[in-house]
Parts: sequence; C-alpha cells; structure tokens
Amino acid sequence: MREISLHLLDLVQNSVTAGARLIEVSLVRETGGLLKMVILDDGRGMDKATLEAALSPFGTSRTTRKLGFGIPLTREQALRTGGSLTLESTPGKGTRLEAVFDTTHIDCPPLGSLADTLAGLVLANPDTPDFSLCLASDRGQEELDTRLLKQTLDPVPVNTPEVALWLRGKLEEMTENCFGGIA
Amino acid sequence: MKSLSELEKIRQQTLERINLRREDRSDEVRIVVGMATCGIAAGARPVMMAFMTECALRKLSHVTVSQTGCIGMCRFEPMADVFIPGQEKVTYVNLDEDKARRIVTDHIVNGNPVTEYIITSQLGSAGKE
Repeated sequence: MREISLHLLDLVQNSVTAGARLIEVSLVRETGGLLKMVILDDGRGMDKATLEAALSPFGTSRTTRKLGFGIPLTREQALRTGGSLTLESTPGKGTRLEAVFDTTHIDCPPLGSLADTLAGLVLANPDTPDFSLCLASDRGQEELDTRLLKQTLDPVPVNTPEVALWLRGKLEEMTENCFGGIA
Repeated sequence: MKSLSELEKIRQQTLERINLRREDRSDEVRIVVGMATCGIAAGARPVMMAFMTECALRKLSHVTVSQTGCIGMCRFEPMADVFIPGQEKVTYVNLDEDKARRIVTDHIVNGNPVTEYIITSQLGSAGKE
C-alpha cells in the first residue's frame, strides 16, 4: 500500500462488510504533523477472539484464503512511523479503529488521493451505508454527510453520473482545503 | 465552491430521466471491481475510478459500479466482472485505467467484449505464479 488513503479504503471496506448503516471517517492532521485517522461504524462488531484475529495476518473472516493482511498492514505502517493502531469493538454495536501516523517521519507514506478513496466508497455504496466524513487540519475543517446529500437529491441516486462528478469535485475541494500541498 | 444548491440543480435536471429509469431497469449493467486488500494493493482504486468517471462522463445512467471482496485469485488483480442482462458474465483481469476505459467504450457502449483482457485469454501467460 503506497498511500495512507489506500489503507483507509481497505479498512472502511471492513465496516461495509460488517453491515454498518453509518460509517464515520475522520482524518485530523495536527500542527506537529501527527495524522489521526478514525473509522467508527455501527456494524456487527467483534468479540474478543475475533478482534485478536483481526490484528493478526493469520486471521481472516474470508473463506477463500487463510490470510488476512488488511489491518496488520496498516498497523505495521503506522508503527513504522512511530504511530499506533487501536481497535475497539462491541459485538452488535460496532467497531472503532484509530490509526496514528507521524507524517514527518521518513517512513510515512503520502496521504495519496483521499478524494478518489472517499468518492469511490460513497459511489460504490449508493444506498447503505451512509458516510459521515470529517477532515481537519490547522487550515480548517471540512465535513460531508451522505445523509444530507441523499435528502437533497431524493429520489435521484448518489451514483447518477452528474452527481458522481459533482461529488468527486466536492471531495477534491475539501481535501485540497485541508491537506493540499502538505501531504 | 461546490454547494448543496448545485446539487439541488442537478436533482432537477436529472429527475425526469431517473424516474423513467426507475420504471424500467431491464437494461441495468453492473461492473463489479474486486476491492479487497489484494485488489487495492494491486491498483484497484484507480481502475474503479476510471470505470466510474468514464461512465459518468458518458452519462451512462444504466451502469452501476460496485465493489466486491477477494475471490481468491489475487494474482490476477485488479479484476472486474461485467454483467450485462441476457449475456454471460465477463471477468477482466490485470486491469489498469486505460483498460477500464476501453472496456467501457468497447464492451459496454459498443457491445464488443475486449477479448485480450478476459481471464480465459490470460490463464497460462500473465497469470503464472
């Protein structure tokens, strides 16, 4: 994975698979250069054993292979920059994943195309789940909630061509405002 | 600055077309991109965005692009399945953005599957581990 936003894409996919109705994603870049990524979902959650398996490359929920690298890859990446990854979950309630990257560390990958990641997630899941996105840095804060978009558009679906292009542009604008030129 | 009022305008412009579509979805085409860890690491995101953008620019309202997980053929990623009603599923492998755009124009718009990107034509060559 060459970008932090690819890790994000992979991790949010887990929340989608967990049957979440709402996924809250926040990316906050602090003044010192720490980037905190939080993914909070109201999916089916995990018990303690599953949670431990999720952190290990030798645990996976899929049936096609015995390996599952998603979360371990992100954790290794975060740790390499001197950051961290924590995973908390309550069965039936949901899961919260927090990853911290030190963007000033030489081993920190670039943020990458956050707009593509977020647009892809929203457009590929036009009905459920909903996404609540929050980007923040010392330049400002940007928010987007797909529930509000759907309310405005109803009954036009989010993945209608014209809306898709608007959304992509909107997310690019949001990313540029918060993180443009720094990551 | 992109605003919600722009979105409201888009809604008004597309409403009629959308209502017509809701009555008849028999021509619905689905593109499903493999987006598990293996797919993403191999470059599935630009491929998915190329599918989405190309369909959006061509205003193909009858095409939906969605994601699926790992189907166990990670060496062929990025992969995508194309479902067209009344036709057999076509599985494309080792994709990139240019190939994705070509699949939209040749296969989805013009009805000619891009044979050289289909899995069966690549088994035995690019797919060797």
